[in-house]
Amino acid sequence: MLAYIARRILSTIPVMLVVAFVVFSMLILSPGDPAAVIAGDQATPEDVERIRAALGLDRPFLVQFAEFLWRLVNFDLGTSIFTNLPVTHMIAQRIEPTVSLMVLTIIFSVTIAVPMGVIAAWKAGSWIDRAVMVFAVLGFSVPVFVIGYLLAYIFALELDWLPVQGYTPIARGFWPFLENLILPTIALGSVYIALIARITRATMLEVLAQDYIRTAKAKGLGTRPILFLHALKNAAVPISTVVGIGIALLIGGAVVTESVFAIPGLGRLTVDAILRRDYPVIQGVVLLFSFVYVLVNLMIDLLYTVFDPRIRY
Amino acid sequence: MKRRTFIGAAAGVTAAAATGLSAPALGQGAAARTLRFVPQANLANSDPIWGTQYVVRNSSALVWDTLYGVNSRLEPKRQMVEGEAHDAGFKVRTFRLRAGLKFHDGEPVLSRDVVQSLIRWMPRDPMGQLIPARLDAIEAADDRAFRIRPKSPFPKMIFALGKNNAPMSFIMPERIAKTDPFQPITEIVGSGPMRVKRDGWVPGSRAVFERFADYVRREEAPDWLSGGTRILVDRIEWHILPEAATAAAALQNGEVDWWETPLPDLIPVLRRNRNIAVDTADPLGNIGSFRLNHLHPPFDNPEIGRALLLAVNQEDYRKAVVGDDPSMFSTSHSYWSKGSPMHTEAGAEPLKLRSPERARAPLQAAGCSGRKVVQLHASDFPTIAAQSRVPADLLRRLCVNLELVATDWGTVVQRRASREPSDRGGWNVFPTTWAGPDWFDPAAAVGMRTDGLNGWFGWPTSEKIEALRDAWFDAPNFAGQKRIAAGIQAESFQVVPHVPLGHFLSPSAMRRNVTGLIKSPVVLFDNMAKAA
Repeated sequence: MLAYIARRILSTIPVMLVVAFVVFSMLILSPGDPAAVIAGDQATPEDVERIRAALGLDRPFLVQFAEFLWRLVNFDLGTSIFTNLPVTHMIAQRIEPTVSLMVLTIIFSVTIAVPMGVIAAWKAGSWIDRAVMVFAVLGFSVPVFVIGYLLAYIFALELDWLPVQGYTPIARGFWPFLENLILPTIALGSVYIALIARITRATMLEVLAQDYIRTAKAKGLGTRPILFLHALKNAAVPISTVVGIGIALLIGGAVVTESVFAIPGLGRLTVDAILRRDYPVIQGVVLLFSFVYVLVNLMIDLLYTVFDPRIRY
Repeated sequence: MKRRTFIGAAAGVTAAAATGLSAPALGQGAAARTLRFVPQANLANSDPIWGTQYVVRNSSALVWDTLYGVNSRLEPKRQMVEGEAHDAGFKVRTFRLRAGLKFHDGEPVLSRDVVQSLIRWMPRDPMGQLIPARLDAIEAADDRAFRIRPKSPFPKMIFALGKNNAPMSFIMPERIAKTDPFQPITEIVGSGPMRVKRDGWVPGSRAVFERFADYVRREEAPDWLSGGTRILVDRIEWHILPEAATAAAALQNGEVDWWETPLPDLIPVLRRNRNIAVDTADPLGNIGSFRLNHLHPPFDNPEIGRALLLAVNQEDYRKAVVGDDPSMFSTSHSYWSKGSPMHTEAGAEPLKLRSPERARAPLQAAGCSGRKVVQLHASDFPTIAAQSRVPADLLRRLCVNLELVATDWGTVVQRRASREPSDRGGWNVFPTTWAGPDWFDPAAAVGMRTDGLNGWFGWPTSEKIEALRDAWFDAPNFAGQKRIAAGIQAESFQVVPHVPLGHFLSPSAMRRNVTGLIKSPVVLFDNMAKAA
């Protein structure tokens, strides 16, 4: 097992290198010029050129990439072109809101979606099943920002129960922290709930048709132990796979959700950096997201052994 | 008590009882002493010389002070300067600083700080760039006095030191001002009324300013950038809310107090809220313009630019830019900003015709018919995007084969710098907006320069305009300046660096419990108070 984990962690290195190269190439080759944005409207082309030279953006592509890699192996993600702050500092400033939002969304979504999927499978064909499926279709179809604005309108503007925007660190109290994240969590969780509920239902339907479930029923076992102890445990491998894959969905959704609710997280940092062409920040955040994604998938693979002892690495 | 405050308190008390975690504070005092402001754009850096965006200038006006500041009559008045003296032949001018001025780090403001700050500012400012050629020296005389030895007269010198358009000549400590003007500073230490709270700055989200207790204000009434700056709140928070709908909701919900530039679409919603007042904070407004590339066909032929002047109807832009409120837009048959001392309609007759029919014949005669024209369209910049569609439609109706390149502002600012033909990554036209002060006079109007490849994007050439501009700086009095500015404009209507699209005001929205706004082209927090 340990050898497997070590192999997987080592295998992330070439993956990250490819990601770094692709991201770097895309940024350099795509249109846009941070020097022109910094210089402002009053600047002449010569001013823009001088700023570009000062930023080192006038050097050849390979020189810039080599320098980027060298910094990377020294765990230095560089300095933001615009704020002049280290990228690691900016990421550190922004990581808590994003992690909080994602963790809350995962907890909220799994708590809601798995029982929904289980019940839909158990009551397959009934109105409950159809209601769950309608909800799932809506969750997939309605964009996160629409749900976000709708929630803000109802619960913040009309009912005045929750704030429209912002983030309060957990260190300043649990309720202020939670208050700011309830609406974003529901908005971001809608797609995730839909995804997990659908896969749970499909997998459970398959498992519930197995012979051992019929045997359990014949033994006189109650519905709850059959569903949650026998069936769900065997359906857990594909469900956990989807939960892992869904992290990518969450990352994409966090970008939108953080913008709608003005949460100062990594998603908004990414959008701001892209709009301004703040190359070091974009590279840093994309690399971080890629690393997290690779790591989460590794954890999911390891989790398989818990759900299914027949799996060995 | 607001419903949410009550719920929060109840939940907090419950949570505290159950878990021992802290409950939210209910005190109103601190909230009343904090002004929460939503600026027009993200404050990504705080160096007003390196980054010349208006959002940076506005934040800098809180942190740094200037030697002079213009008042609402655009007269430069003393700020950090206590007085001036000169010798009989005007060969040496001496400026004395007010006593007791201090930087936020506790150090006194010295004349050597002033000298180094001006040296850093000059190469980045269109007016500042003119100063070195007219100076023999600028030097510190003693701790509170500095001398300027002019080589030739420069009547606009004091105005340049007190003007409000970016970059303003803010005074920094010498060690910071020694930074290359094309590199950002790393320390934010000013002598202005507020200091930056470094740990409160989360770029893209929030910036926090706290009152500087040792600020020495002038004992005069505030008037734009002049007079006594009187900050009545202890803390000013800038909340960066790029999503307009979120900012509108936050203002309605009382989570922020002042939104600098709401979108026109959202104004009716804000006006319906009895707790919100919508007004104009910047009386000088903005100017729309349609910039032409003079390096390549078809706009290398001035006949075509002149024909466009005949066709444009500025009224068409009103609806696109300000919506249904006619008081926010006015036609302006001038290159100079409406309300500026240089404003004139000299040579503007073609712009008053508004006749696409009259334009068609000269356009066809000039060979414009069916020619491909690339227009850059910044779709993420609401005002520019709105006004961009109108000339696009006009060009299509007139004769050209228009390619509208819809992209983000970041790409537009890069592509507009390209001098290549449009089929090799260049461009032919792009709409943009300017702050009113940017077109106040020939000193400010970089877009009016006609020095070809050395000039602003579009690169028009006219030796006559350049000569007039030089003469304007040396004009001995206002009448002379006004006459020369009229001549510059008349010639500009022949060269057509851009087509003026009218003058519009930007609305600003704030909670009614916030009072004391001083309307100015720079966002000012002086005199503003907030009731609990």
